Amino acid sequence: MQTETVHITPYRTYAWVLIALLSFTFLTITVTWIDLSAITVFVALTIASVKAYIVLTYFMHLKFESSLFRVFVIMVLAIYVLVIAFTLSDYLFR
Amino acid sequence: MEHRDDIGAKLGMWVFIFTEILLFGGLFLVYAVMRGNYSADFHQAAHHLNAFIGTINTLVLLISSATVAMSITAVQKGNNRLAVILLMITLICAAIFMINKYFEWGHKFQIGLYPGSDLMITLNHGQVMFFSLYFFMTGLHMFHLVVGGIILTIVMIKVQSGTINSTRYVLLENGGLYWHLVDLIWIFLFPLLYLVT
Repeated sequence: MQTETVHITPYRTYAWVLIALLSFTFLTITVTWIDLSAITVFVALTIASVKAYIVLTYFMHLKFESSLFRVFVIMVLAIYVLVIAFTLSDYLFR
Repeated sequence: MEHRDDIGAKLGMWVFIFTEILLFGGLFLVYAVMRGNYSADFHQAAHHLNAFIGTINTLVLLISSATVAMSITAVQKGNNRLAVILLMITLICAAIFMINKYFEWGHKFQIGLYPGSDLMITLNHGQVMFFSLYFFMTGLHMFHLVVGGIILTIVMIKVQSGTINSTRYVLLENGGLYWHLVDLIWIFLFPLLYLVT
């Protein structure tokens, strides 16, 4: 099966994505520098997740692939979240 | 008429990426549990990591990911020469990452901090866990980086020779996906190991 219309992402888009990712990196460093004590890990992980979302969407082309790819990725992430939830519930409530 | 299935090829690559996500996912889970159990030790041990080198490597990897993504655009537009240059920049970034890692790990080994060392035995359990996870996770990540570098070198040669061109470039796309995975893992490794002390 051949895709009829090929989406060509402009160089400019990638440049902006890179700038966004670099900005988020500096944001993480600043946030952990200030040390928000208890919520530092939470903030750092949230920023990392945003960066991961940007990489998956633009660099890994998920935005322009058929929705099948997105469904697969969401399913795998859901399985992983379940594994985390089960493991941590065991450790936290034993 | 040749038969090929670019979407199938990419789907196959994604299935492989899923197994990688679960592989590293398991390690991140170990990290989470151990950090919960030994938060004070993790806090103390993480201070030994060089956040500056970690930051440089983060920037280098992000730039290399962008140049791989751009090389696909270049090939799609029929500009193979630019694509080769962009892939070359990616490989240089990979080399910089490796050199930084060499100095980072080299310093740790010099002060006697490596798995199974005499110094390591004297540390308490939580710190040993932290350094074991640090060496294993960044080591496994580095292994992926080397493999990605080899794949992208092959891809670059094929772009140069024209085997990869504006009508067929799924190998470049899949090589790119692998490289972005390496970047993706580092996005989580960097704050968890280097920053959240």
